[in-house]
Parts: sequence; C-alpha cells; structure tokens
Amino acid sequence: MAVQRKRPALLKDNSWCAGCGHGLFTRLLHESLEELGYDNNYICVDGVGCSSNYFAATTLGSAIESHHGKAPTIARGVKLARPETMVFTYQGDGDAYVIGLSETLNAAHFADPITTFVLNNNNYGMTGGQMSWTSLPGQVTTTSKAGRDPETTGMPLDPLKMAAQEERVAFAARAALNSPKNINLAKKYIKKALELQVKEEKYAIVEMLSPCPTDWNLTPVQAIRWIEEEAVKYYPLGVLKDTTEGGGA
Amino acid sequence: MAELLIDKELCKACGYCIHFCPKEALSFSEEMNQKSYTPVQVDKEKCIFCGTCYTVCPDTVFEIRA
Repeated sequence: MAVQRKRPALLKDNSWCAGCGHGLFTRLLHESLEELGYDNNYICVDGVGCSSNYFAATTLGSAIESHHGKAPTIARGVKLARPETMVFTYQGDGDAYVIGLSETLNAAHFADPITTFVLNNNNYGMTGGQMSWTSLPGQVTTTSKAGRDPETTGMPLDPLKMAAQEERVAFAARAALNSPKNINLAKKYIKKALELQVKEEKYAIVEMLSPCPTDWNLTPVQAIRWIEEEAVKYYPLGVLKDTTEGGGA
Repeated sequence: MAELLIDKELCKACGYCIHFCPKEALSFSEEMNQKSYTPVQVDKEKCIFCGTCYTVCPDTVFEIRA
C-alpha cells in the first residue's frame, strides 16, 4: 500500500556531507514538530559543530547559536523567558559530551523543561575528524593515527548514562540513524522527548548514533554498518530511563 | 495512482535508498546534478511506494503522493 510522504515545510537543501546523519535528524525533528503543532513555535539552541549547519537547512526556522558547549544553559534561559515555546538544544558529541559536559549534566540535574538532542558520531566532525571522548578503542582519527589507545586516553565516555541517573530526568534514550527500523525508533524517541516538554514540563535527553562517512573514511553504506557492528558495542541502543506511565524505570 | 517524486538537485548520491530499497527499484543515474553528484533514479515498474527511501534519505529527496 502506498504511503504518503512529504518533506517538512521548513526544510530546504542542506550543506551536510553525503550520508551524514544530521540531515536525517533534522527531518525527524521537523516531522515531530509539525505533528505536535509546534513548527511555528519553537526555538532551537544550536551547539558548535556540524549541528551549526542547521541554520542553513531551514527557512524561517528559529535558532540561536550558542557558545561552544553552552547550549543547554542558554536553552534554560530561553525557556524561562518563553515558557510557551518549544525549546530544545541540537548538539554534537564534541559539544554536549566534551566541551559542554558540565552544561549537559547541569541541565539534566536541574531538569528545566527543555529537551536535549545529541548526535554522536564518535569524533569531532566539523574540525576534520579528531578523536573525541566518544571515539571507540582502536578507532583511527586524525589525532589517533594508530587507533585510540584506552591506556593513554581512556575508554569511551557515556554522559547519557550519567544524565539518566539524575533524579528529575524524565526520559533518556539512545537511538541510531543507520537503518529504517532504527530511524523510525529515533523518531519515536524525539517526538516523545518533545511531547514531555510541552505536555508535562519535563526534561528529556535523546542521543543518536550518527554516521560520519567523510571523517571515518568510509562510504555511507560502510558507515551505517560500522555503527551496527562497532559503535553499538560501547553505546547500546534503547531507553535508559523512562519515568512516564508504562515506561518502566 | 501513487507517485514517487525525486528532487534530483537535492541528492548527494549517498546510496542509502538504493541499499535499503526492498524491490531494487532505485539506482544511480548517469547524469550529474548541479552539485556534481549522480542522483538516484527510480524504475517505476518496480516501485511499491513503501516509503523506505524517504525514511533513510538524509536530504529529503523523495516525496510520495498516495
């Protein structure tokens, strides 16, 4: 049976690389905003990194560019001033989990009704693929030429797990943008997280493992396989915390 | 009659849609778009309008009119 599908109204041509997960996320985000009736009443607080290209990917969208890593803090301020507006952060792993680790955890701790979205591509994408705290052991990047060595640089950091331990976080989940099934699941998490903000005034955080073919030196199809075969070993998919009815933990 | 529309100028030829198409209805064309990619094309005889290509496309190339 044919299914009706149409590009969300505010999206236009984007400038991300071929096969990049950011384009997938922005589509899922805007589909969710449209379905919730907030596509004309939202403010996106952008991190620094490839997520900053979000400005160029929308027409008439509302976005603020934050300082590096400070998006959750700015979003909390925006939400205070505009409580009726959907406010969310759109960050990469370098922004939310390294430079802005403190802000991410503080936002989860205070749990103001904002939503945090993190695209984790296991490296610093925008600056050319340097090693991130989220890079996997053995992963070759421009600053770990022989592969990441856990002996000297530690194991991959999992701030989503840390955030999920905070008492007032309503929903924390990790999805991957690497297959139709996982992309549909990511959409479910994104929509749920946004819904929690506007209907129950709660904080939620959603991480998505995102393909970065250019910096991983893989073809796009090899990149989505790499997520399935390697990245999920250290970043398992699923709901880490769900305090809503029927949500379990 | 359902229809699959392809905006060739948005396509960056990542190949996700071709990889996941359950009917092998999609392939790269030989022409180039303005971004110098060879955009995807559809074999209309094979397409079942399931929406998988839309789901996996990072560049909103596809539209399906049911």
